[in-house]
Amino acid sequence: MAKETKGNDGVGSSDQIVLETRNLGITFGGLKAAQNVNIKIKKNQIYGLIGPNGAGKTTIFNLLTGVYKPTSGTFYLNGEDLTGYSQEKINHKGIARTFQNIRLFNNMTVVRNVMVGLHNQPEFKCNELVSILRLPRHFKVEKAMRQRAKDLLKIFDLEDERNNLACNLPYGKQRKLEIARALATNPKLLLLDEPAAGMNPNETEDLVKTIKYIRDNFDMTILLIEHDMKFVAGLCDEITVLNFGTVLAEGDTKTALNNPEVIKAYIGG
Amino acid sequence: MGSFVKGLKKVKWKNYINYVAIGIVTIVFGVLSIGSGLPSSTLYLLEKIAISIILAASLSLVVGFLGELSLGHAGFMCVGAYLGGKIAAMLAKTALGGVGNGILVLVIALIVGGACAGACGFIVGLPALRLKGDYLAIVTLAFGEIVKVIFQNSSAETFGGPIGLTTPRLDKKYLFIIGFILILVTLAVLQNFIRSKHGRAITAIRDNEIAAKAMGINVTKYKLIGFVIAAIFAGFAGVIFSYSQNNISSATFDYNYSIEILVMVVLGGMGNINGSIISATLITFLNVQLQNVLKGDLAVLKDLLYALILIVIVIYNNAPKLKNFRDKYSIGNLLQKIIKKKHDPSNVRDDAARWDVVPTKISMDEVLSTDIVVDDTGDNSADVGERRGAK
Repeated sequence: MAKETKGNDGVGSSDQIVLETRNLGITFGGLKAAQNVNIKIKKNQIYGLIGPNGAGKTTIFNLLTGVYKPTSGTFYLNGEDLTGYSQEKINHKGIARTFQNIRLFNNMTVVRNVMVGLHNQPEFKCNELVSILRLPRHFKVEKAMRQRAKDLLKIFDLEDERNNLACNLPYGKQRKLEIARALATNPKLLLLDEPAAGMNPNETEDLVKTIKYIRDNFDMTILLIEHDMKFVAGLCDEITVLNFGTVLAEGDTKTALNNPEVIKAYIGG
Repeated sequence: MGSFVKGLKKVKWKNYINYVAIGIVTIVFGVLSIGSGLPSSTLYLLEKIAISIILAASLSLVVGFLGELSLGHAGFMCVGAYLGGKIAAMLAKTALGGVGNGILVLVIALIVGGACAGACGFIVGLPALRLKGDYLAIVTLAFGEIVKVIFQNSSAETFGGPIGLTTPRLDKKYLFIIGFILILVTLAVLQNFIRSKHGRAITAIRDNEIAAKAMGINVTKYKLIGFVIAAIFAGFAGVIFSYSQNNISSATFDYNYSIEILVMVVLGGMGNINGSIISATLITFLNVQLQNVLKGDLAVLKDLLYALILIVIVIYNNAPKLKNFRDKYSIGNLLQKIIKKKHDPSNVRDDAARWDVVPTKISMDEVLSTDIVVDDTGDNSADVGERRGAK
């Protein structure tokens, strides 16, 4: 299933811009949480969004997923203006996210969490009446959904946990499950909010591999927020550094990280 | 034939035990009622139980699965009872009201009552999209009261006003059977709905609405569907109720009645339809029996005793000894024992600690004090870090 999507990849698509924000900004009363943020993410890039606490990184995520409506600026996914769309619609259009503080469906099993992610896929369409009357289509869809969810869980090494409740998973696995669930919605752009938070070095290393695997096999473009600089340096092609809601530096990861302004913002002085 | 038997074996009977149980009860009492006749008090009790189960199961969808507190379930029932009852009374006067048409009229009344209650559910569901928790509870509470007052103030020709609506009758022998068949319908619809992708979406909304939205779940749509389905079945219950009474007065469908339904759902366990069925049966039985036993001056004690019994049930529902007892003698376990006597490890509860394998203090010290040799391959590095942290 993963390989199929790879086949659709156009030639020389690496220059194609998946996400573009133009002067994106939001103010909460007098607080300018984000201002004039311009990001361009190319296809198949892993793009980092970093900055000290309170810099507005998660605010940007919330803008891009429709939790907040921007007070200024616009953003485009594959050239389509998604500004002002609802959360559900933005997800349908192809942006999926994970959360900084994990938000799983705690009282549901692992496999069902992923199946919720698969809910809107066109191949699993099945209306309420079909389900209530238990027509053959219902069983077909359920079986196919379960199989797809299992396949996804296999990638994240969660297959053996599939019948456990999500809240009983250890922290690292919960993070992975959140990524699997987001991936199930078949996005074009995946937003990961601090995916490595709370993981030990081994798990982080594992996560780097997983994220690269997702990019290669799902033809995915990834935007991530992270505080672990080693993780960012090892994974991201380009980054944007935010501070107090404005862009401090952007571009190639190494150059941006060595920018004196960035070092000043992080270390002070 | 062989494949059919195989298919039967594949069916997870645990999922359908409620249908079987209710089916058996229906058949047993149905045969008794039609064959030898049952005392009217028993028939009344069975009707009451059927109404309560339908109400509790449908409210369970909103409260237990959707996670919204609704205090207006009696309001939906009231709409169903009045409109269904009125239609039936009107039809009874026309050609349809012939001797053999009682069931047909009842079916029409059910459709009308259910549809009207469902429409009300839609109207109440709309604010549900904007309001949360307590605020929604207040809106639903207000809805129930509004409905009650509207029917109370209707003119005598339309809905009887304060005197109440005179409702059609059906032979008491059959009414409870129809009630029980309706329970099966309710169960089938609710259970099939919940055990599908749509049910998963609804449970996801309950567990984490923000995440559900981020997964592209149409929260608006599913909340409305939940409210409408629950309301339709409350309407059905209302129609059966109107048939079971000579005369319905809207004062019956007050706030207390909504709370009573909610108690059934909460007592049965949130998100557990079978639990709701059992607690609805129990509470209704209790209520009716208390009413029968306490007569005259003692009648004032009814509410007090009822409350006391509820408190005792809630306190002891989760007592460990009772839990153990239930696990040991639950119907499911007994059936399993009969079907396959072998010990199945999947039956062992996770929280039943195995004290015989828990290491004693001495052995724990041994484990912790053992020196760990660092492996050059680096595979164990994380383990070492963890162990040191544990020390």
